[in-house]
Amino acid sequence: MVNAATLDRSLLSAPLAPGAALDVRGVSHHYQLKGAPLPVLDNVSLTAAPGEFVALLGPSGCGKSTLLRLVAGLEPPTQGELSVDGAPITGPDPSRVVVFQDPTLYPWRTVWRNAALGLEARGLLRSQRSRVDAALELVGLNGFADAYPHQLSGGMAQRAALARALVNEPRLLILDEPLGKLDSLTRIAMQGELVRLWQREGFTTLLVTHDVEEALLLATRVVVFSPRPARITAEIPVDLAYPRHRDDARLVKLRREVLALLGVGDATV
Amino acid sequence: MSHSLPFAREAPLAFRGPALWWSGLLAASAWALAAFVTHHFPDQSEIVEWTQTGHIAVAQGAIAVTFLVLAVTAPLIPPLWRRIQGLGPWFVALGLFFATWQAVTAKFSLLPMPFFVPPQQLVEVYLDDWARLGESVLASLWLLARGYVLGSAVGFAVGIGLGWSPRFGYWAHPVMRLVGPLPATAWLPLAFFLFPSSASASTFLIALATGFPVAVLTWSGVASVNPDFYDVARTLGAKPRFLVLKVAIPAALPHVFVGLFMGLGASFAVLVVAEMLGVRSGLGWYLSWAQGWAAYGNMYAALLVMALMCSGLITLLFQARDRLLSWQKGVVKW
Ligand SMILES: Nc1ncnc2c1ncn2[C@@H]1O[C@H](COP(=O)(O)OP(=O)(O)OP(=O)(O)O)[C@@H](O)[C@H]1O
Ligand SMILES: [Mg+2]
Repeated sequence: MVNAATLDRSLLSAPLAPGAALDVRGVSHHYQLKGAPLPVLDNVSLTAAPGEFVALLGPSGCGKSTLLRLVAGLEPPTQGELSVDGAPITGPDPSRVVVFQDPTLYPWRTVWRNAALGLEARGLLRSQRSRVDAALELVGLNGFADAYPHQLSGGMAQRAALARALVNEPRLLILDEPLGKLDSLTRIAMQGELVRLWQREGFTTLLVTHDVEEALLLATRVVVFSPRPARITAEIPVDLAYPRHRDDARLVKLRREVLALLGVGDATV
Repeated sequence: MSHSLPFAREAPLAFRGPALWWSGLLAASAWALAAFVTHHFPDQSEIVEWTQTGHIAVAQGAIAVTFLVLAVTAPLIPPLWRRIQGLGPWFVALGLFFATWQAVTAKFSLLPMPFFVPPQQLVEVYLDDWARLGESVLASLWLLARGYVLGSAVGFAVGIGLGWSPRFGYWAHPVMRLVGPLPATAWLPLAFFLFPSSASASTFLIALATGFPVAVLTWSGVASVNPDFYDVARTLGAKPRFLVLKVAIPAALPHVFVGLFMGLGASFAVLVVAEMLGVRSGLGWYLSWAQGWAAYGNMYAALLVMALMCSGLITLLFQARDRLLSWQKGVVKW
């Protein structure tokens, strides 16, 4: 039997598993558009085990970002339930951090102070300043700590937004096309960084992307959505060891399958 | 001579300046002309004898000599050169202006006399009446400061309330819509009745004039904050207090400053009217007092001081803004 003292200690020093378990059960959602309800999500059920890397693929406007907003706790779903580690999601929480589709950096703050936002909001900045520096270093922006957002390129802004999320050591990292605005070379480099980071930190990752190859390259599982209202049309486990290579024959084969699911199977140029 | 390498040839020269500052030379001539007009022709005054004519001629002559020296030396001193380089045309124009002003008033009486005063009379006012003028400036500044600070603070708070709290907006919005557009001066007769002193009444009026634009623009600033900014902060664990202080207010600040500028302009207008009609001190009072004595020289003197005061305050506000909003690009330079 464990006595009370050791139980307390174990709660304090050995935290929960670094990754959170996500459970989305029967979630439907609609928005009001010109007075009429606009169905966006249709009975979506999805789970992610602790430390899993799930990629969400779907046509533009199908409702991927909406699903992420619900997981982040920014809005309650019209129907269904979402929970993390068995506890229902009732609002935003810094253990579930979102990197939005737009970087949405605060123009009145420098890159450093943008990245420090989460720590500042929770009153931790004084004691943990070094985490901000570390996160900026990780995304290669330590030379731009004192720059203002309007002095950054689109890709740099996107990386600053990623740093702002990583500072908080999330247990569930929610990424909405975080690499969408990067040039293809930076993108390849950042994909590698992302996988290494995920492997090292062990957080659960939910990644929305338009890019089939990116989904297959990064994720342990790819979830494919139908056009709006989004339903899950396929779940494809990607059973390949890391580091992965984009020319891998199995990956190329999977890509063809997924593209077929998205309705562009034999598209040629 | 070769013109094939203009940059290599001209860059060091431009840095040191040309051999002679030509518009400086022209300015010297213009000011010499002013000195000549002032000294040479007799004053045509029937009522009073101006005592400062000789001094003015000497001062203008001294300025002419200074420009003559500068025309030769300034190009050799880079820091001085950088400062005065572009101002030449203005120096010339000012010299011509003083010459003309002198000619059409004191010397040839081309403008009707008591209403248009020559420079010597203005100088006399400043020499004789500087104490009263200085007191008036201080009184005006003090009244303006009280009203403006109070009005900006209340306006800012009301604007944040309107932008943030629907419950506050429910009550404040209709009141603002009805009362806000009313010019603050319309309250003047009532205010002097209702308030215990004319000073408190004027403070209230200035605050009212300042508060409305500040409130409306703060409100619109808060209302137009990108909602994604809030989402970002919320997912990072921000509480409502943080959202107001660290997101809504900084994001709204550019709007707030527009309101502060509009409020400052409105407060000047109310200040002068209040001082003319009720308060027995300040530049507005000085103006109406001078009018009572038909002392036109004093009126011009007070107007000039007032212009400098208002312009100085606007400049201060611009500097405060540039400091606080240095993150903005393409801000207007005052
Ligand atoms: N706040 C809102 N009010 C009304 N409709 C909305 C709102 N947000 C999103 N929608 C609608 O919901 C649908 C899904 O939007 P969502 O942003 O989730 O798409 P998405 O899958 O992320 O698309 P993309 O890949 O292009 O980013 C769209 O048709 C959009 O018009
Ligand atoms: Mg989206």
